[in-house]
Order: sequence, then C-alpha cells, then structure tokens
Amino acid sequence: MKKVSQAIPKVDSQALVTGKAVYTDDIAPKDCLIVKILRSPHAHAMIKSIDTSRAMKVPGVVCILTYEDCPDQRFTMAGQTYPEPSPYDRLILDRRVRFVGDAAAIVAAETKEAAEKALRMIKVDYEVLTPLLDFRKAKDNEILVHPEDNWRSLCPVGADNKRNLCASGKEEDGDVDAVLAECDYVVEETYHTKANQQAMMETFRTYTYMDVYGRLNVVSSTQVTFHVRRILSNALGIPKSKIRVVKPRIGGGFGAKQSSVSEVYPALVTLKTGRPAKIIFTREESQTASSPRHEMEIKVRVGADKDGIIRAIDVYTLSNTGAFGEHGPTTVGLSGHKSIPLYGKTDAFRFVYDVVYTNVMSAGAYRGYGATQGIFAVESAVNELALKMHMDPVALREKNMVKEGQVMPAYYGETANSCALDRCMEHAKQLFGWDEKYPSRDMGNGKVRGVGVAMAMQGSGISNVDTASVAMKVNDDGFYSLMIGASDMGTGCDTILAQMAADCMECEMEDIIVSGVDTDSSPYDTGSYASSTTYVTGMAVIKTCEKLKEKIRMKGAEYLGHNVDEVEFDGKKVWCPEDGSEISLKDIGNQVMCRNEEALFASEAHFSPISPPPFMVGMAEVEVDKETGAVTPIDYVAVVDCGTVVNPSLARVQTEGGLVQGIGMALYEDVVYNEKGKNFSNSFMQYKIPTRMDTGDIRVEFESSYEPTGPFGAKSIGEIVINTPSPAIAAAVENAVGVRIRELPITAEKVYREMKKQS
Amino acid sequence: MITVRNYVKPATVEEAYELNQKRANRVIGGMMWVRMSKGNVGTLIDLSGLGMDKIVEEEEQFRIGCMCTLRQLEQHEGLNSAFAGVFEECTRHIVGVQFRNGATVGGSVFGRFGFSDILTALLALDTSVKLYKRGIVPLAEFVEMERDRDILEEIIVRKDKRRAVYFSERMSSTDFPILACAVSEKDRVYRVSIGARPMRASCIEGTEEEMKDAYRRFSYGSNMRGSSEYREHLAEVLIRRAINALKERDA
Amino acid sequence: MELRFELNGKPVTAEIEAGELLFDVLRRLGCYSVKCGCETTNCGLCTVWVDGKPMLSCSVPAARMENHAVTTMEGLQEEAARFGAFLAKEGAEQCGFCSPGFIMNVLAMEKELCRDGRIPEKEEIREYLAGNLCRCTGYVGQMRAVEKYLRESRG
Repeated sequence: MKKVSQAIPKVDSQALVTGKAVYTDDIAPKDCLIVKILRSPHAHAMIKSIDTSRAMKVPGVVCILTYEDCPDQRFTMAGQTYPEPSPYDRLILDRRVRFVGDAAAIVAAETKEAAEKALRMIKVDYEVLTPLLDFRKAKDNEILVHPEDNWRSLCPVGADNKRNLCASGKEEDGDVDAVLAECDYVVEETYHTKANQQAMMETFRTYTYMDVYGRLNVVSSTQVTFHVRRILSNALGIPKSKIRVVKPRIGGGFGAKQSSVSEVYPALVTLKTGRPAKIIFTREESQTASSPRHEMEIKVRVGADKDGIIRAIDVYTLSNTGAFGEHGPTTVGLSGHKSIPLYGKTDAFRFVYDVVYTNVMSAGAYRGYGATQGIFAVESAVNELALKMHMDPVALREKNMVKEGQVMPAYYGETANSCALDRCMEHAKQLFGWDEKYPSRDMGNGKVRGVGVAMAMQGSGISNVDTASVAMKVNDDGFYSLMIGASDMGTGCDTILAQMAADCMECEMEDIIVSGVDTDSSPYDTGSYASSTTYVTGMAVIKTCEKLKEKIRMKGAEYLGHNVDEVEFDGKKVWCPEDGSEISLKDIGNQVMCRNEEALFASEAHFSPISPPPFMVGMAEVEVDKETGAVTPIDYVAVVDCGTVVNPSLARVQTEGGLVQGIGMALYEDVVYNEKGKNFSNSFMQYKIPTRMDTGDIRVEFESSYEPTGPFGAKSIGEIVINTPSPAIAAAVENAVGVRIRELPITAEKVYREMKKQS
Repeated sequence: MITVRNYVKPATVEEAYELNQKRANRVIGGMMWVRMSKGNVGTLIDLSGLGMDKIVEEEEQFRIGCMCTLRQLEQHEGLNSAFAGVFEECTRHIVGVQFRNGATVGGSVFGRFGFSDILTALLALDTSVKLYKRGIVPLAEFVEMERDRDILEEIIVRKDKRRAVYFSERMSSTDFPILACAVSEKDRVYRVSIGARPMRASCIEGTEEEMKDAYRRFSYGSNMRGSSEYREHLAEVLIRRAINALKERDA
Repeated sequence: MELRFELNGKPVTAEIEAGELLFDVLRRLGCYSVKCGCETTNCGLCTVWVDGKPMLSCSVPAARMENHAVTTMEGLQEEAARFGAFLAKEGAEQCGFCSPGFIMNVLAMEKELCRDGRIPEKEEIREYLAGNLCRCTGYVGQMRAVEKYLRESRG
C-alpha cells in the first residue's frame, strides 16, 4: 500500500504520548551548571559599571559574565542562510541595553537557587537613556537604537543604522497612481497588526558541554540546527569545526526557534568554565525576551472598476523589528509578496516598505512571517471594497482571484503552476453555507451572527536559497537509515519524509529509521522554516531514493551475475525477469558487509528556483453582543490547496492549529507595553492564548492541486493556515454590527467603542 | 519565587495562629498564589491537617471550611441548588479543573484579590467569615479590613431564600474577568456585587428602581483588560441582565 | 526534610526542601513526563493525580504529600498508550510536549465523568479539559481523539 496520502501516525508518537524523556531538559546531564540571565529593567540605557563581587560570593556560583567577557563582534540570531539578510547588530552582552529584558549579565551556578540569588546581588549602574518606543516616529529619529560603528548589514536590503532603518525598499509594476485614478471605487485604509507570541509550550532551552575531542556540543530546542552552528561560531569567535549542534524532540516552535534565542548563553559559560551548562527560559523570559511577530502598520489602496475588476493594489508597510533586526528585512517582504498576488487581474501594483528599530524586544519569525500581516491588510481592504460596491465579497473574489497558469507579477513573476483557489472558494462556500448566512443573522437575543471571508497564500521554501540534502543507506538485513537535516519541530517531517521514502523504495514504514538532526552526521539542510520541508527536503528524498535504488540494482545484478539493465528492484528483491533469478534486499544488505567496495549509500541535495504557493480560503462566523461588543467564534471553515496532501491527519491538525492561533491573534493576543517600555504580557496569565472553549467549530477540507515541481505533487501547509482568521473575523464583525476594526486584536471594548461612535 | 526555611502542618488552629503572628511566616491555602510571590518565608503554615476542607449544610446556613477547593464549591449540590447554580457559574471559568482542585476558597477570600470571581459571588449573598481570633465578621466588612494575621477558618453563607445570579465578561473563557457581577434578591431588595473593577469586589443594596443606575455607584479602573469607561458600561449591562434574569426566573 | 509518599503505587522516601513544589520533586525522582509550560498555573502541562484527582504539580507544596498518593504518567503507561493511540491516529499529539498533562487529565475525566458507562457531552468534555493548553493542534484533533476513545472504550 502506498504511504503518501495516508494518515500514518507520527514515527515518534508512541514515545510522545507515553511521556518519555525525549526533550532537551529531560536528557540534559544532571551536573549541568544552571545559567540565568540578569535582564535590564530599562528600555534604553548604557551600563556604566557592573559590580559582581557580592554575587560571586554566593555559595554555588561558578561564574558571572558581563559585556567585558564577550567578543566584540556583532552577529545576528536570525536562523537564515548565509549571508543573512538580517543585520549583524548583536553582541552576546552589550554595554548598551536596548529593551526591558535585554541581557546585562550571565550567571552560572551549581543550582537554580544559587543562580537566582546571585542575580539579585549583582549591582549594575545604568545611565538611563530616552527610549524610542513609537515605531511610527523611529525612522530618522534623533534617538538611535544602533549608533555603533561595527553594526553591519551583509545584504543590500536598504538598511541604515544611522536612520534606525533595518531595511527599506520599493517594488512596482505599472503606474499605480494612474490606474487608481481611473478606478470607479477606491478603498484607502490603514491596518495595524500587533506583536504576537508563538507561545509554543516548550520555552527556549539549550544545554552545552565539551566533548572528548575538545569541541563545544550544543543540544538545543531549535528549528535551525545548522544555522545555530554558524550563529554560535560568529557570536563566540570560534571555528564552526569546533561546534556540534544536536536537536532532540522539540516542544513546538512556530518560527520562534528560527532565531537562536537561548544558545549563546550556556555556550559561552561552557567555553569559559569547561563545564556542562543549561539554560531553561522561564515563561516570563519567553514572553519578554524572545522573537515575536513583527508589529506592522500597513496602508492599502485598492481600486476596482465598475464591473468589479480589481485593477490596482498599493501597499506601504511599516514594520517594527524592535531592538534587533532578526528577520526584519525578510518578513516585511511577505507582507506584499504574499498578499498582492492573490488578485490576478491587476494592471499595476506598488509595494513600499520600511523596517525600523525601536526599544522593545526584538521581533523574529512567527508562522506566516509577514504574510499574515499583509493578508490581514489587503484582504480587509478588499472586504471593505466589496461593501463599498454593494457586492458579495465572495463574488468579488471569484472575479479577481489568481487562477492556475497565471503569471504573478508581484510574486517574483512566478507562474501559478498549481492553484485550486477557485475550487477552494466554491467548496468553502458550500460547506459553510455562505449564501444562506451572508451577511448576518439577528439572533433575536441582543446578538447578531455575521460572516466574513478571506483568501491566503504562502510559499513553499525560499526560492533559490533553501537547500536540503538527504542521505540514505542500506543496513544489514536490508533496512534503511534516512538521514535528514530538516529539524522536525513536532509537525511530523520525520514521518512524512519517511512516508515519501517508503513509497520510493516500495517498502514499509518500519523498514526505515529516521534520525534527528546532528550537524556532525546529518546532511546539510537550511532548517525547518519558510514552509520548506515537505517541498524542498521532500524532493531531496526522492532524488536520494532514486540514486539508492540504482545502487541496489547494481549490487543485485553483480551478485546475480547480470548486467544492471537486465534486473529490476521491487522493494524486496532484485530479480531478473528473463531467467527468474533473484536476490533479496536482506541478502544484499548482508552480503555488502563483506568483500565490498561500493557503499550502498546515496545522498542528494535539492533547491528550487521557484516557491509554489499553497492557497486557501477561510470563512468565519462570529456572534457579536450588540451591547458589550463581545465577539464569540461560532464556526470556521477552511479549504486548503497544499497540492497533494502527504499525510491527511497531520495536514488537518496543522490547519486546525494554525486557524486557532489565528483566532487568538484576531481576538485578544497582544504584546502590550507601558509608556516606559515594560512588557505587561509577560505570562500565560496576562497573554491569553485560546483554550478549547474559545475556538468555536473548526472545519477543514482540502482541494488538492498537483504541483509539478513538488514531491508527489505536494506544496507546503505549515504557515498559510494562520493567515485567514484575522481578516475573515474582522469582516464578520463588520457584517454583524456594522463596525470595522482595523487594529488587531478585535477586542470587545474596541467593537463597543465603534458601535457607540456610530449610534 | 519564594525561599522557604520551614514547613509546618499545625495540629490545632491555635498553633497555626501562633505561628502566623511572625511576619516572616505565611499561611498557604492551595499555594497557587504564594508560589508566584517573591521573597523569603520563614515558615509555611499548611492548614491542610485541620479538617477544614468540608462544606457543612445546616438548617440556617452553609459552613464552608477555608481549605475547601473551588472544585468543591463548583460541585456541591446543596450550595448550587440553594443558590441556583451561582457557585458553579462563578467557579467554572477559573483556569481549569486541575487549578480548581488545588485553589482554596480560603485563599480566594483571604487574599481579597481584585479579580476574584468567588469574592464577587459571595458578596451578593448573606456571607460572613469566621476568623479565629476576631470571630464572625460580615464579608462586606472583611473585604474592607486591613490584611492582618488572623486565621480565616470558615465562610458562612446564610440560607435566607435569597435568589442569585452570576455574570462575567472575559477576553477568553478562562481568563480573569474584565468585569464580574453577582446580583441577589430577597423580599424585592436587590444586592449587587461588582468585582474585577479591577479593584476588589464591593456591593450595594436597594430596590429595583434604585438599582437602575447602580453601576454609577461603583468606581472603576483601567488595566490591559479594559478601560474604566468600558467597565462602567459593562456593569450597567450586566446588572440589568442579572436583574432581568432573576425576574424571568420568577415568571 | 524527609517526605514519605506513594508514587505510582510504590512507597517512596525523598529528601526535600521545605518550600519545594511537587513538580520539582517528581522530576528529580525521574518522572520526566511531568512538564512545566508556564509557572503561573495556566497551562496544565504539569498535571498529575493526587489521591486520584488531577492537580497542577507546579503549585502543590511537596511537603503536603506526606502519606498521600501521587500518580504520574510513568505509573499509567498502559492507559496512556491506549488513549495515546487514538491521539496519534488523529496526529493530535503533534509536538507532544503538552501530551502527558493532557492525557493525565483525560484519564481523570474518564474516571470522574464516565461512571456507569456515561459518555459526557462535548461541552462538558471541553470544560473539563479547558485547563490543558495546546498551541499546536487547535484542540480539534484532541477532541476527536477523546470522543472516539470514549465511544470505543465505553462500548
């Protein structure tokens, strides 16, 4: 039986559901030094002096490190392919602290209690500086977040630290102003999305130790195992050959762990002391000194003619990267590249952006990666356009959506080789009952149910950048080892890649063992981000299997005394159709262990010049209380085109999980700072993520296209699924009670205030 | 994080009281809040050995031991049938079953927390607290008292045929309330208790007519869950809905 | 101080600090299924049973466990695997980090709400499990697993 398109349980599921010790903290050596970070209470300050003498006297304290102990070479914590677009703007510890929670000193002690006691006894004398907290005023502000001369931008991304610019740019096609001037209907509005926390259940964590060869070993909960090796090499100033990084099971990432948030601290401690060291971020640290979604303010102009043809889209994005530039230059790009191309009939588009530094925690990568923000803005504007034109927003989209075979000028000129967006819309409409429910129903009890729709796209890997290599070998008795560098973060890539390999090799799942990532032995992979694993690494699996099959046939032919073109391999044996002679894979596997000079091993790499977008449609029904403004999710229908669905249950759960994260983002998730830059959203008590009582019904279906460049026709699924809830829910609220909320989250109070204004 | 030197499980309330006279010592209920506080504690005083974890229904009243969990309140048939499910409604939104199996009513009431659902609900009933030294004090008075070092032994809710209802608004279903509202009625006198203002709950009494602008008689503050203006608006809506719910129940 | 309690059916003696929390003691005793996700009693990852009732081990004073019985997933391997198979079939363990706490509460719910072959309503299940946060799955797959499991194991 084929394995691809089967709902096969994850290969690690048995261990996970019985609570085995498989995560970083479970397997850390018991004699690790406990590493804790002293964090700045100020949003912007210079350290005048640090007195660690009293803290060093705390029994059990082994070392305390300050900026004086750290290399003075800047690096980025962004897990990206070298040369990283993110600027080199960090030191492990810096004299200048740039947000409340920025690291000021590192303490390592025998116990947690001793480390915490020492933290309280370090005396830091700060020169407090005025913080830059309003991202709208950051560009060319006289307060500079990064005035230092050794700040570096490695790529031409329009960065300038003397202007607080992490990146800036402009792209256009056609004359947007002229086309908009011709349009009969134009919507021009500004939308604001806030920082959100990925809030994976396992916080950032790493342990480190020196191995028998005198090399730094790093075991970390990361999505970017290979990038971590480079980041540490940059940060610590030691050669990559002296570093090994291993990824065990990880408790969720959603992009958070595409930045190297926790690794540098224990690594530096181990280098300085020679002793194993471990850092476990508290939830408070994970909420206040981490890598959340970039806050963005997005101005959209969208125009249509009287027939409802959308002719031009103009997007300006201002993105807040916070104190450091991790993923700043790249996330912003998606706010235009993954929103404008949804509409296939435009004559012109323009996309302009600035990414600015401020004195709040650095942003990072969060599922959707800028597309989420851009799609909220553009899809909201299109919904407002439909309202203005008295047109059903589904009909408006049916007229304008990108179709299979179309060239997408705002998406690097790529062609939509596989696109079932039209079928997704039709399917969603039927499943949801759009025609019956649109626009709203008064429930007669002071509550109104409204509906809203949105479309989304994402990519499948980063075109011309992401590289995946895979290796596979035949072991004795003929079972396979599949070695991948992609970092399974719980979403199941170890499983789906094995499914693909099983189909290629015509074997059972049990015949393949998959190993976690170890930079010493795994083949190179950029990592698990940018929705790349299924598509890019999947292709590398196919190529590798083809090569390995060829080698098995060669070996089998040799043992049978035939030429290779006379034999076939059916997964179990190599045989000759002509004379019926055969040799089992088991026998081949065992025979090559003796008197053999050709290893049954293959390794191939893959990159893609294109990044085929998955597409989807989301439809939301919410109930709004006409008096309090409270918004309750009732029903959410999503229909996704991710190409061939490699594992239906895993794809479904990915979708459901992304939708619920999107619902949280739409309704209450918000990183809130006070006027001094202190972060109030510092726990799960203050930053609420949805519980199972808060989701309403969630219904997910698939409409598969076939992506010719993808493995088995597959595209990606990981990120796109978070993009539709915000615009669909904002529209549903408007259809229910006639108020349009353009700043997330859509809280009851905002809805109430707008309703009050109107009455 | 707290640092603790000793742990004692007293055998008598007197022993607990004596231990609690030292400023460095601290009584724990469910330890949900104490564990999140900071500083050094001399002795943790654990009241779980005193048999104060029972709800006793008597002719005139319920006596709720301070170590009863919120889950016990939620599931107690006598309490819930006497007050039409108010105890279930005011507890079921609190975090989750596991939390409510740990958190104690004594901890909620003694803490007099601004966000407390329990305090809001109890204030709308004829509730007193029994303190070891001071004796029985009406809850409304206790809420206003300075925190002292007495031991809260039990909560007494009178069965006075009062009918009550509980409403709250939340950003997400198990969050603290943006505003909590409990209303009870007896002999056409309404008692309205508003909590999570976000200051600690307080209550007022009056006729239906007098309750029309009851929301104006409370003060409100702003925090990240809502502004004072919005809270005042919610109070108006919830009080009206609560009174209507009580009247509908009559009909 | 010395603590004597029953852990997964066996008597255990452990040396503990006065203010130590049950969570830390359990991990020290090798019960690595017990996870911490928040430190503010909000996530449910540290759920264990105390005398059969689900509780947050992150806020139970360890000293209070003297003469009480604590159960972690290490002591419920068969039961966990049985329900876990349903969870895995839906792909709804995903990263797995919240799975032990979640499964401990599902099994507690089964004991508490499913007496006499009764199968609770969906809303009742949601409410019982509301204190178990999960960021991967959006809960829908978990709910499918719970419902299928209860239906199957209740006949």
